[in-house]
Parts: sequence; C-alpha cells; structure tokens
Amino acid sequence: MADVTQPRSLGAMLTARRGGRSWHWTDVFTWTYLVFGVFLMFFPVVWLVLSSFKTPAGLLEFPPTLLPLGQIEQTVEGYDDPLLMFKVTMEDGSVRELAQVRRIGIIAQMVDPAVPGETIKVPIASREPIREFRVAWENYTRPLERFNFLTYLKNSVVVTTVATLVTLLINSMAAFGLSIYEFRGRNAVMLFVIGTLMIPITIILVPAYLVVTELGMVNTLWAVILPGAATPTGVFLLRQYMLTIPRDLIEAARMDRASEWSIYWRIVLPLSLPAIAVLAIFSVMWRWNDFLWPLIVLNRSEVYTLQIGLNAFQGELDVQWHYVLAMTVIALIPVTLVFAFLQRFITTGIASSGMK
Amino acid sequence: MAVSDNTSLSFGERLNAVFAWPVQLLFRLFEIPLSWVQRTIGIPRMPWIFLLPNLAFFGLFVVVPLFINFAYSLTGGAELFLQNRVYVGAEQYGYLMDCGSYLDANTCREDRFWKAVYNTIVFVFFQVSFMVLFSLITALILNQNIRARGFFRSVYFFPVLLSPVVVALIWKWILLRDGVLNAFLANFGIDKMLFFVDPAWSMFWAIFVSVWAHMGFYTLILLAGLQAIPPDLYEAAEMDGTKRERVFFRITLPLLWPNLLVVLVLALIKSVQIFDEVFVLTGGGPGTATQFIVQYIYNTGFTNQVQNFGLAAAASVVLGVVLFVLTLMQLAATRRKDG
Repeated sequence: MADVTQPRSLGAMLTARRGGRSWHWTDVFTWTYLVFGVFLMFFPVVWLVLSSFKTPAGLLEFPPTLLPLGQIEQTVEGYDDPLLMFKVTMEDGSVRELAQVRRIGIIAQMVDPAVPGETIKVPIASREPIREFRVAWENYTRPLERFNFLTYLKNSVVVTTVATLVTLLINSMAAFGLSIYEFRGRNAVMLFVIGTLMIPITIILVPAYLVVTELGMVNTLWAVILPGAATPTGVFLLRQYMLTIPRDLIEAARMDRASEWSIYWRIVLPLSLPAIAVLAIFSVMWRWNDFLWPLIVLNRSEVYTLQIGLNAFQGELDVQWHYVLAMTVIALIPVTLVFAFLQRFITTGIASSGMK
Repeated sequence: MAVSDNTSLSFGERLNAVFAWPVQLLFRLFEIPLSWVQRTIGIPRMPWIFLLPNLAFFGLFVVVPLFINFAYSLTGGAELFLQNRVYVGAEQYGYLMDCGSYLDANTCREDRFWKAVYNTIVFVFFQVSFMVLFSLITALILNQNIRARGFFRSVYFFPVLLSPVVVALIWKWILLRDGVLNAFLANFGIDKMLFFVDPAWSMFWAIFVSVWAHMGFYTLILLAGLQAIPPDLYEAAEMDGTKRERVFFRITLPLLWPNLLVVLVLALIKSVQIFDEVFVLTGGGPGTATQFIVQYIYNTGFTNQVQNFGLAAAASVVLGVVLFVLTLMQLAATRRKDG
C-alpha cells in the first residue's frame, strides 16, 4: 500500500522501465488493473469492519458515512435524559448549537444548554445533527452475552481444534503406513485414497446423513468432526513429504529394537513437521469455514457453529445488521490471522498440490 | 519430543514442558497395545494397523454412503432408515426425467429439478469463463517484474480464505437497498436498485461474488505455471525485439496451455457444485432464479415438509455422474500437463 500512496515511490515506480523500453499500453493496463484490484478485493472487507462499529441508527443512514459516527448527547439542567445535540441555522442566519427537547411534526423544540430555561422552536429542516467518531462496541459484546454467539464461537473452536488434531493423527498414520513400508496392496490403497478425493460431500449428502444418524451423532459436534477427518489431500501431502525421509534412519531405529509406533512417533512425525504444519493450517481453515455439512447435521441452536449461527441470524425476517456485521468480523478474524502470518505455507501448499 | 524438565526458565522450554506430558501420555497410550500387536502380527503387517483408522473413516463416511446412495435412489417414502423404505426401482429417476421437452423446465413433472439444472448450466458457463479469464489476466500481470508483487499477490489471494458465509454477508451488506453500492450509484443519478428482487441481477451477483471469492486460488496455480516457463525464451524474444502480443501468443499461451486446462476443469468441478455462498447471498431467489443443483438436493432431502430422500439421492447420482465425467477430464488434463 505504501508504494502506491507515497509520491516518491509512485514516481519511481511509474518511470522505472526495464531495459529503458518505451511505454506500452500494457503498462497502463497493468497499473490500472492492480490499483482497481486492491480496491475491489479489500474495500468490501474494510467496509464490513467499519460498518460493524456503527450504531443501528448509523447503519440506517443513506448515503452511509465512511466512519462510524454517533450523535453527541448532552445532559441539560431540568431534563432527566441526555438530549441530542444539533447545529441549528437560525432565522437571522446565525448558527447555534442546541439540544433537542422534543420533535412535533416538522417543528422541533430546542434548548440552549447554556440557558436551560427557555425553549426555542425551529423547523426541523434548519438543524443538522452534531456527530463525533464513536465506536459501537456493544455490537460485539451484546450478541455474545444476549444471544447464543458465545456458544457458537465455542462450538466452532472445539470443532476446529478437535477435528484438526484427529485429522493430523490419522492422516499422518496413514501416510506413514503408505510411505515407510513396502507391502502388497500398497498401490491399491493409494488408488483408493486418490479415488475418495473424487467423491465430494455434495453427492453423498443423504446417505452420509443416514450413517451419522445410525451412529447417533446428529446434533452433536462429532457429526461435524468425524466424517471429514480422513482427508485424501492430507494423506497425499504427508506421504509425499515422508517419502523424502532417509530409510537408514528407520533401519537404525529398528536395529535398536524401537517399536514401529515409536519410529512413527519419535522419528517420522518430528521430521515431517513442516508438512504437518501445512496440513494443520489447511485443516483449520476447512473446519472453521465449513458450511454445507454442518448445516445438514446441526439443527439445534446449542450445537450451531459460528457459520451456521450467522446464517440463521441473517436469515431472520428482521435482520439485525449491527450484530450480524460484528459477528461476521469475528468469523473473519482467525483466517485473517492465518493469512497475515502463514500465507506462505498456504500458497506453497496450493501451488505444489493444486488442492485447497 | 521435548524433555519434561521444569527447572529451565525460558518460556519456550516451559511451553514445551507443558505440552510434553500430554504428548508423552498419548505416546504411551498407543505404545503399549501397539507393541503387543506388533509382536503378534509381525512388522510386515504393521502398515495395515497404521492405515486402519483412516481407511475406516473413508469407508464409513465416503465409500459406504456412496453405495447406500444408489440403494436410496431406488426406494421411495419418507423413512430415513433403509430397511423401512419401499423399493420402487427406477421410479425416482423416471420422475426426475419425465419431461415433455427437455428444453422447457415447465413441461417437466419435477420442474424444480430442471430449473436448477438450467440455472446451474448458465451459472457454470459464465462463472467458469470469467473465473479463467480473470485469473489468467491477474496471473499474467502478477508475473511481470512489478513493484510490491508479493503484496498484490496477497491482495488477490485474501478472499480465498474467507468462509462462504462471510463472503456472502460482506456482499449482501454492500448490495442492500440502502447499501454503499446504491449510494455510489446515486452520484450518477441512478435510482436505488433492489438487486435480489431481479432474477438477472441476482444471477449476476451470484456469479460475481463467487468469482471474487475464488479467483485467487486459480490465479495462484496459473502463476506457478507461468513461473515454470524458462526465462531464456523471453530473453531471446526480447533480443529479437518481438512484440509483446506476439510473445504472448507464441510463447506464454502455448506453454501455459496445460495449466490453463487443469484450471478450467478444476473450476468446472467446483462450479457445478456451487451452493454455500449463493445460498447465503440470495437464498436461491428471487423464486428459484438462483437455485442450483446442490440446493435442489438440499431442499428436497432436508428442508421440505416431506423429506424426499429417494429423490434427493437420485439427483445426487445424476450430479455424481456429471462430476465423474469431469474428473476423468481432469485426470486427462493433469496427465497431459505432467507427461
């Protein structure tokens, strides 16, 4: 961002031409595209975050203001409740800051905070609210206290954590079995694993629901955690990595009479940590963002994950956008953190496996 | 793993110590029974023990359901458990396929299915075209020797990580009647638009939002492909003073073609299964204007008053066949790329 906004580097950027070649229409196109791209990709998210701090009244405003603003209130002597402040253009053209006592039709009764005794009647068209930058933190705190969002958040965290641990454990075990040993049927198993990659959840919704029901897991978090725990992508990714571990290490451990389990746990797992980290990041994202399957197996509010809760909340007849927006921001935080700190892992993971 | 020595003072080591005992416990928990198993069956059979949990999960939640799905599609009634259901043969398929003319959904007995099919075809056509086009342009631009390339690459990639619900809500908020887009358009004297009341606009935004959300993923794959093109080819072209357009059509495009093919098929496979973000964004509406096949399956099997599992399963089988054909194309494309 800094490169675009700082004039000096902008100038350097625009004039720097490889090999001193002249300007080409593609250069103009490139920079237009990039600047527009930054706007198109980031603005919606920025807008969401800014909006999430606005009060319900602020959200209703049209045209909307960029920053969250709130009208200033002031306590005036003789009035119990704080009064809203307005800037009023008087008949003689002078501008005064007055507090509004009440509004009757198109006439508002105002009072000067300095002279609380006398009320002044002004037409409502001549006054304008005085506003200041104000952040509506209650958008964040209230849904967590009053609605079930704390439960949804907790469920999402539990699902993401437990599912990732299970995925890492069983996928790395399978990858270990498929990479360290030569055995009859290994290729068949490999083919089977790759085959399951081609069966998306969308085509087995009904029978998978039946299986989960038979196991008595409907409306428990296990129904979300277990079905997706064995991932072909994970097995594949880890196996490719484990194949690079020198065989001598394992042979030496066997000489020392280490059990196969301790070879897996003490030698292969620690050496595969980079690949396991990639899978962990992927798994966290898959689970945190999962939607269709939880939508089917979680039908009771107390087991909703954050995504399902958000969807239910935004689907209500009278959408409380100030809460929806704030909770959307909360749903966005973990992936943004992953993006900020671990992006490199993800991009190399995708570029090398072509999967996400 | 870490040593369980609590006397050290550094935070990292303490953290290790805290995590060490559960890790050790987990290790012991498996070590004892598995050593016994190993003594009993011998090392050569141990890989099966390691494969067992994963294969059991695959079997239980993927392979078994795949077969039950066929069984389901041949039965009728509203019972969930298979043993209680009535065998009806190919009746569900017959019902799905019963059309006066396949070109007009209104002549079909199950018009909702065919409307979903046509909506999906329209969606897939435009979404995949725009997806490939824009990820190609973006990849080409990011592959240039520009300032702050890493930053720009992240910008396009960021939405890929967002959940479909978040993506949909972000845009729903922008596209509202009193939303920021209508406020922007008001500057040009354009009246407030109710985007999700108009079928054409709803479809447009469904396509737009899904391209916005997933473009970065395909850009990344194409970028990897572009960076694999040997730079000396470009240097040679530059020496000869070849025009950029010519370089693009004679070097870049032919060498990128295999990657482009992979991206095309991958995008197709994903696009046919569109559900999440559009479901939250438009709810399939107005009417059924943005209802796609997966939503049809979801509605038929899980939300309607009478849960018609048989019909939903039959529609899943149809979708499965389409995806199978696409996957074969993907394999062919990947083989061409790698071989």
